[in-house]
Amino acid sequence: MYGKGLRGLSVATIVVLVGAFAVAAFYAPLDADQGFRQKIFYLHVPLAIVALAGFIVAGLLAIQHLRTREPIWDLRSYVAIHISLILGVAVLVTGAIWAKTSWGVWWLWDEPTLVSFLIVFLLYGTYTPMRFAIEDRERQARYASVFAIAAGAFVPICFGAVRAQPQEVHPQTFGSGELPGSMWLTFLVCLAGMALLFYTLYRFEIATKLARGRLRSLRRQLLDDAPVQRRSAAPII
Amino acid sequence: MSVLAALLRKELRLELRTLESVPGMMLFSLTIFVVFHFALDRATVEGDLAAGILVVTLLFAGMLGLNRLYVADEEQGGFDGFLLAPVDRTWLFVAKAIALFAYLVALEIVMVPAFALLLLEPGLGQALPELLLVLALTNAGFAIIAALVGAIAVRTRARDLLGPLIALPLLVPVVIAAAGLLEPLLREGGAGGLDAKWLAILGLYDLVFGLLSVAVFDPLLED
Repeated sequence: MYGKGLRGLSVATIVVLVGAFAVAAFYAPLDADQGFRQKIFYLHVPLAIVALAGFIVAGLLAIQHLRTREPIWDLRSYVAIHISLILGVAVLVTGAIWAKTSWGVWWLWDEPTLVSFLIVFLLYGTYTPMRFAIEDRERQARYASVFAIAAGAFVPICFGAVRAQPQEVHPQTFGSGELPGSMWLTFLVCLAGMALLFYTLYRFEIATKLARGRLRSLRRQLLDDAPVQRRSAAPII
Repeated sequence: MSVLAALLRKELRLELRTLESVPGMMLFSLTIFVVFHFALDRATVEGDLAAGILVVTLLFAGMLGLNRLYVADEEQGGFDGFLLAPVDRTWLFVAKAIALFAYLVALEIVMVPAFALLLLEPGLGQALPELLLVLALTNAGFAIIAALVGAIAVRTRARDLLGPLIALPLLVPVVIAAAGLLEPLLREGGAGGLDAKWLAILGLYDLVFGLLSVAVFDPLLED
């Protein structure tokens, strides 16, 4: 009932993602300068783009929540931030691995792209503790939406502000115009796969949360033994 | 407009009578200078180090103001009284931001000369108008973020923890731009000019977050 179409979506995600990584591994040409280690590019950059897009989408969903006051929009916004945070950890880890192989250090403070991603990540890291610290559910949802909107607007501002500094060594994905067509194609397939992964995970978490809420209300109605509601950071529908 | 004037009068009168925030912020900033002196083991600083110390001290002293900003409203029924009045709720945000801006100005009147006296090598005279402009823009950015985040944090259980935790990452662009602008002003042997790019970023940040906060403040005060 809540998981409608999830099987097809999951299969599609697996096919596209595996296909994308296969294309990245076997079809895309080796980078003349960086060689094989450049391949992590096909994982790292789509992850980063999807995570940041997820944060911005969460802000838009939060606007919808404040407008309609339907709890479902708060749930959607929460889930989008939650999954983007998980992808964000992967971005930082893959980025560190790449930095180590490419620049010889795990972290580089001179790099605006790294630093701005870390700032955004730290900001969203406070989202869950903030929700957890508010006990009233309705107020929790409202405050979380205000946070999500402000932070969603902060994402492009932060990247714009930090990018105003001169770039040192972080490769620019866009605008350089030097990427050969086959690399572009591979990158776009990987990006599509990652976006599908995000959407699938998002749908799964929403379905789980809704099913759990429904189960709880049914138990309360029929058995009158609904377990005591623990305080939680997640919205409960 | 009379709403704003009334709210502002209330804020400033409250601060003048209780002296809860500003003296604490001033004392705290002086203590931070002492801490910096011993932590860095330097008698004088200039250039980027001076800019960094000044911005960080302003930020941390300002955090005290952020934490106190809404406490009286929450604990002594200020929110309730305000909600009963038939006025637009956004005025409370504007009044709080302006009040905090005023606190920061009061703080800087003590803090900046003290900084020049205790740590700064080149002296303030070489670029005073530019310095005041940068400080004003920095104060505005801080006051806007603090008035928004303070309203969120004050009604959570861990308010003193959450306020700085949310505000600091949001303020990082302000820190970067302010430090970038202050560095040439505090350089030893003649001040450099203001970098128009950082000035534009700081101004844009204040503008965008000012408008955004006005737009999203209303739902914070619904119950």
